[in-house]
Amino acid sequence: MRFGVVVFPGSNCDRDCYHVIRNVLRQDCRFVWHQESSLQGLDAVVLPGGFSYGDYLRVGAVARFSPVMSAVAEFAQGGGLVLGICNGFQILTEAGLLPGVLMRNRSLKFICKSVTIRVESTETPWTNRYQSGQALRIPVAHGDGNFFIDSKNLSELQKNQQILFRYCSPEGEILEEWNPNGSIEAIAGICNRERNVLGMMPHPERCSESILGSEEGRILFESVVEWFRQR
Amino acid sequence: MTEACTSEIIEQHGLSPEEYDRIVQFLGREPNLVELGLFSVMWSEHCSYKSSRFFLKNLPTRGKRVLQGPGENAGIIDIGEGLAVVFKIESHNHPSFIEPYQGAATGVGGILRDIFTMGARPIANLNSLHFGAVDHPRTPYLLERVVAGIGDYGNCIGVPTVGGEVHFDPCYNGNILVNAFCLGLVEHDKIFRAKAQGIGNPVIYVGSKTGRDGIHGATMASDAFEVGSKERRPQVQVGDPFTEKLLLEACLELMQEGKIVAIQDMGAAGLTSSSSEMASRGGVGIELDLSQVPRRETGMTPYEVLLSESQERMLLVAEKGREKEVSQVLQKWGLDVAVVGKVIERPVLRVCEGEEVVGEVPVVALTDEAPAYQRQRKAPAPRGKDIPISEIPTPKDLGRSLTQLIGSPVLASKHWVFEQYDHTVQTNTVVGPGADAAVLRLKGTKKGIALTVDSNRSYSYLDPYLGAMHIVAEGVRNLGCVGAEPIGITNCLNFGNPQRPEVMWEFEQSVLGMGEACRALGIPVVSGNVSFYNETSGKGIDPTPVIATVGLIEDLQAVPSSSFQKEGDRVAIFGRATQGFGGSEYLRLLHRQKVGKIPPMDLEEQKQLLQFCREVVRSGFAHSVHDVSKGGIAVALAECCFSNGIGVQIDRVETDLRPDLWLFGESPDIVIVSYKAGEERSLLSLAKNSKINVLASGTLGGDRYSMESWIDLPLSQLVEVWGKGFEEIF
Repeated sequence: MRFGVVVFPGSNCDRDCYHVIRNVLRQDCRFVWHQESSLQGLDAVVLPGGFSYGDYLRVGAVARFSPVMSAVAEFAQGGGLVLGICNGFQILTEAGLLPGVLMRNRSLKFICKSVTIRVESTETPWTNRYQSGQALRIPVAHGDGNFFIDSKNLSELQKNQQILFRYCSPEGEILEEWNPNGSIEAIAGICNRERNVLGMMPHPERCSESILGSEEGRILFESVVEWFRQR
Repeated sequence: MTEACTSEIIEQHGLSPEEYDRIVQFLGREPNLVELGLFSVMWSEHCSYKSSRFFLKNLPTRGKRVLQGPGENAGIIDIGEGLAVVFKIESHNHPSFIEPYQGAATGVGGILRDIFTMGARPIANLNSLHFGAVDHPRTPYLLERVVAGIGDYGNCIGVPTVGGEVHFDPCYNGNILVNAFCLGLVEHDKIFRAKAQGIGNPVIYVGSKTGRDGIHGATMASDAFEVGSKERRPQVQVGDPFTEKLLLEACLELMQEGKIVAIQDMGAAGLTSSSSEMASRGGVGIELDLSQVPRRETGMTPYEVLLSESQERMLLVAEKGREKEVSQVLQKWGLDVAVVGKVIERPVLRVCEGEEVVGEVPVVALTDEAPAYQRQRKAPAPRGKDIPISEIPTPKDLGRSLTQLIGSPVLASKHWVFEQYDHTVQTNTVVGPGADAAVLRLKGTKKGIALTVDSNRSYSYLDPYLGAMHIVAEGVRNLGCVGAEPIGITNCLNFGNPQRPEVMWEFEQSVLGMGEACRALGIPVVSGNVSFYNETSGKGIDPTPVIATVGLIEDLQAVPSSSFQKEGDRVAIFGRATQGFGGSEYLRLLHRQKVGKIPPMDLEEQKQLLQFCREVVRSGFAHSVHDVSKGGIAVALAECCFSNGIGVQIDRVETDLRPDLWLFGESPDIVIVSYKAGEERSLLSLAKNSKINVLASGTLGGDRYSMESWIDLPLSQLVEVWGKGFEEIF
């Protein structure tokens, strides 16, 4: 399977994603420069975390105008697999490939810590190897992870089972005190209606090796490789 | 005297009449204003180390692993397999007090550039922060903004901040300390040095455009504050981490492809220091044409362009004819680039504005021949006077004392701070903030790097010589707890006004003590920074040397935690209890006294303890290892319980000391080890071989913290106090 990791000016998790795909999952992977206009030959594209264009205007707001983003939109429309992590999720919402917005954290501070998220749906290429309801230990590191969506679109998300991950207690209960950033419905990750585009605030690439304390993020990458193999 | 250089102007430039005479001697004439500006910044304390150079010779700087000692942008230590680590710590105290957010942010930016300018990719940041009294009205504001500034810069650029320390003391009310450390990783054959070479080679400017910010920043950092120093805000630079990230990637790409000869960041004293220092190291000259320098403001004079400290700028020397290749890489990253000069044979810094030469100064006069002083030293009245233990009342409730200590901002959990720093980016963080030492894996090898930054303001105040030895030992012990071998040190020496003999005495004593400890423990000091003039309205800070220690772990498989891991495990406390309270947090917090004789430091005993720690880690018996420092045994033991919520019962204590002394005295020779029940015999034989005593032992489990008959508390109560203590500042 051939992955591409997009590099915007200011991306800073590009090398981390590349490392996991290449060295942990042993899949083919290349960097995609933000000025490229074609994703030909790729099976999946990762928009990594970071501060694209410094996030100076509004998170993800400038990156969506990068030449590569038209290619990403076209790729997604054609059924290509797209994963946006952290800043990548923010860019996907700005680009309209995923609904909702990501606002400043409730605390108004950057938050870096390990949290627990619950897998809400395993029926996607990205989550099929998880157990439904499984609680994962996973790091977050963001200043703008407070997901918001109006009630009409929220019920759409719920109806279509597009909510894939929600912040929860270590035991898997959805409780407001375990919601690190104030996201509506404790949403940590969603997919589009077609289920090929996933956006999430937590960092699966940071918990894909036992030496880093958790391997539960690797299952996400394994899911997509497996899905692709069986396709 | 020329018209420009009146005695008033000379004084405004921070130069003494004697120094001015020296300038006239070097030039054989009076300097013009531009030249006076060059001397002013390059001969400032900040750039020239004129008060400290003589004394710093007492530090050991060599060793078999040292690839680069002091004198470059950062020190370099070999870690085997063709790899090396590059590291340095630097202060940004003065700017951070005036404008805490930008001051702290640009402190991080500056130290990052020092590392990647040597060809290394930065992989970890640490910081050491000292604020005024917890109840001082400005402390919450300064703390909040400094932490935000450090976080925003490091987070954006994607370098994890994996550890640090935060202290509070009234002596920092008028001068906070913000010391930033960075470590990078480089392959031996990719190391770059800032040595200009090749007559005719172009000198290229890259990065942000030059503005008027930070003019005379270095001179400001070389002066004491008076009331109204906040008016100096224009001397503080403004950071742009996004541009720095582009600069980092572009520079590493250029170096990887061998397209450049030399490179140095424009930090303190900007274009002036980067050009003259690169020329000095190469024994050549540099001619600059200021009309080519990209500017963001109009009407800037040559003087302003030369002295600007606008951030995120680098100066590099490329091979003649390859200018185009270099600019292609830089432009790909969207950076401003301009050829602003060339390397010349005559060893001078020649400054032109178009065709016109506006200044010319011998390079050595700005660098190697800058003044150096052996300033007067005078010991102050002894502060470490011993106080009999009988004069310190014994608390009725030792559990209450522990609760007060653990809930004080100095000892409470710092999660409020470090959760604002991205500490997991780059996916190397094996042990993050809050432990004895941070540990990073090195991808593609079995190795790990351990890092710690330490200081001890009370000890350094009471006995600067012995205090410095303690700080070195503390760093090394922190590394020992994760089984790392110390391989190098970088120091940040924060002191008051060096023109006061008592301050100079404190400085000399600290350096001598540090030198003795480093020599005894076999650790070289490979880089560092001196920050004098931490003084406001005549009141200086207590001496505060800060030491960052770097260690190497050959095999990461066996790194123990600093927290208890398993119910049912046994725990033993090894070492030697202290005989006094001198300099302890217990005295400072509960008895409001910064007095007493600090514990002695036996470096041979330290070596034995370290040897023991390493053997314990290597043996694999240990589930956790944690050393005792501020707050003594009682606090260290509580820290072991917190992260996994595992209780402890210490049932056997062998001592005839007063209980509060045993519990809260700060012995430098103690470690707490937890291990699987049944491994006792093996562990004790390791201890015996290293001549280490068992002070106490017990069992892990349950939900209480119980220490002999002295303390018995629900663990949840301690956890709560510890978890919330820090936020009570706000």
